[in-house]
Amino acid sequence: MRIKHSRHFPWLLYLAPALLVYTVFMAFPLIDSLRLSLFSGNNQVTRVFVGLDNFKRLFTDPEISTRYWGAFFNTWKFFFVHFIVQNGLGIFFAVLLTQETMKGRQIYQTIIFIPTTFAVLITGYLWKLMLNPVWAGDFLVSIGLPFLKHPYLGDTNTALWAVSLVSCWQWLGIPTMMFVAALRNINVELLEAARLEGAGSVKTFWYIKLPLIKPIVGIVAVLTFVNNFNAFDIVFAMENVNGAPEYSTDLIGTLFYRYGIAGQHPIGIPDAGLGAAIATITFLLLMVLVIPTLRQTQRGA
Amino acid sequence: MRGSLRKENRHIFSHIVLLLWTFVVLFPIWVLVINSFKTRLTIYENPFWIPKTWEFSNYTTVLRDGDFFTYFKNSFFVVSISLVLVTLLASLAGYALARYKSRIGTIIYYFFIAGMMIPIKIASIKLLEIMRALGLLNTIYALPPIYVAMGLPVGVFILTTFIRELPEDLYEAAIIDGASSGKIYSMIILPLIRPALATTAIYNLIPFWNDLWFPLIFINDERHKTLLLGVTRLFGQYQTDWSKVLAVLTLSAIPVLVLYLAMSSQFIKGVTAGSVKG
Repeated sequence: MRIKHSRHFPWLLYLAPALLVYTVFMAFPLIDSLRLSLFSGNNQVTRVFVGLDNFKRLFTDPEISTRYWGAFFNTWKFFFVHFIVQNGLGIFFAVLLTQETMKGRQIYQTIIFIPTTFAVLITGYLWKLMLNPVWAGDFLVSIGLPFLKHPYLGDTNTALWAVSLVSCWQWLGIPTMMFVAALRNINVELLEAARLEGAGSVKTFWYIKLPLIKPIVGIVAVLTFVNNFNAFDIVFAMENVNGAPEYSTDLIGTLFYRYGIAGQHPIGIPDAGLGAAIATITFLLLMVLVIPTLRQTQRGA
Repeated sequence: MRGSLRKENRHIFSHIVLLLWTFVVLFPIWVLVINSFKTRLTIYENPFWIPKTWEFSNYTTVLRDGDFFTYFKNSFFVVSISLVLVTLLASLAGYALARYKSRIGTIIYYFFIAGMMIPIKIASIKLLEIMRALGLLNTIYALPPIYVAMGLPVGVFILTTFIRELPEDLYEAAIIDGASSGKIYSMIILPLIRPALATTAIYNLIPFWNDLWFPLIFINDERHKTLLLGVTRLFGQYQTDWSKVLAVLTLSAIPVLVLYLAMSSQFIKGVTAGSVKG
């Protein structure tokens, strides 16, 4: 009965529009961007096949490779701050927010998520003003907190930290809500049994809750990875596309924009091949890290 | 003993921690709003407290600047059309994928799902070329196709899962009555999947409305700028006048914020929908 009708069902017709848009504007450009990393020139007419030359330039040209590795390691730092601070706080808050007997949980949840609804640009601009020592600095001195007056965004030692933490402030809502949803799905009887056995809250978390929400931990890890290896807006807003000061907040996202899209100052001609090479490496890196993480955590999920 | 202690537990520690974070979240927003009602010079007097006299001129100046409305209108248009299209296309595809079970169907399903893990920004170089070829560069019409493509993976995931869980007898009766698949979709499926359509729309609302990247790389023309791209211009223009900048930021944050506060539980459900079933 079922199969007979399925055969007559014009399923391709229903799939076609979505498949078309998705293929033309996502799958194809993505794959073709990988191909373009083997070419030089900015349009179909002037484009020539150059093999791995773009990659060679990226890693051997003294200027370009310095910038690339700088951005590469900054991106990893940026990612680790998110992984530890954003996801760590997220899981901690989620545990607090899933205590059955606590009051006001809904209100806290609503508040934690507010910054996530802001555009990164708005968050970035707002914090850029707040962290400007000219504005609040004198006030901090006057209330007896002079040690807090510091040009956080202008100091190469603190700039990347400041930008990363502001970004964590913004995105904390997402892992928190995901962990809350996952923790709520845990069987109450299981937790009750653990409690009767005398397991404290730390033990219960470590040996029962955490293993049970492993699939979500995996998804959050992957999302953190994917989003941070593409971050651009926050640096654009707080430090401009050059990753000021002195490239200390330059991320792969901003580097990609400068080389591949906007063109390096002062020439201003984008280098599409080099940009595609940067994108290709990011893509491969994501694959290498995302697939095993999902394999590891999504088993049986 | 433990049990009775637990009943007495008022979660003092949890409240302290969460109140601290509440402060960390609300303080910058407080600073943003109160200082947008000061003047260029008075914002330095007491940055963290309410103004001595409430100044509305920042808002009237920004709103009188016709560009702000243009930007807002553009964003509104792009986001609405993208949301309508993504929910429509994803529901059609979800219907097909849920009903037609075959190897090729499974492959197509995973083809869509893979997009959830791949950031479309990586494809920007080629997308620029495509938009140039289509003559859409420098117009807002370059944005919806990309947003729809970007939103489809999650949309297909949410809607396929949802439609699969609908009871089988729903179709049986309709098929016996001789209803076509199109009729089944529009008369039976569509009304039933409204919650999943809403989830799909909400999930995509924030990334669409708050996207800066694609407007930035595609659009230069003032008349076609989206709200956020416009904000970058106004930020530069009012750079020495922070109270105006703050008014611009407040105005730009309000639409999504109000929507969120009005329906926060749906938002939270929508955002977690991509990864948590149920």
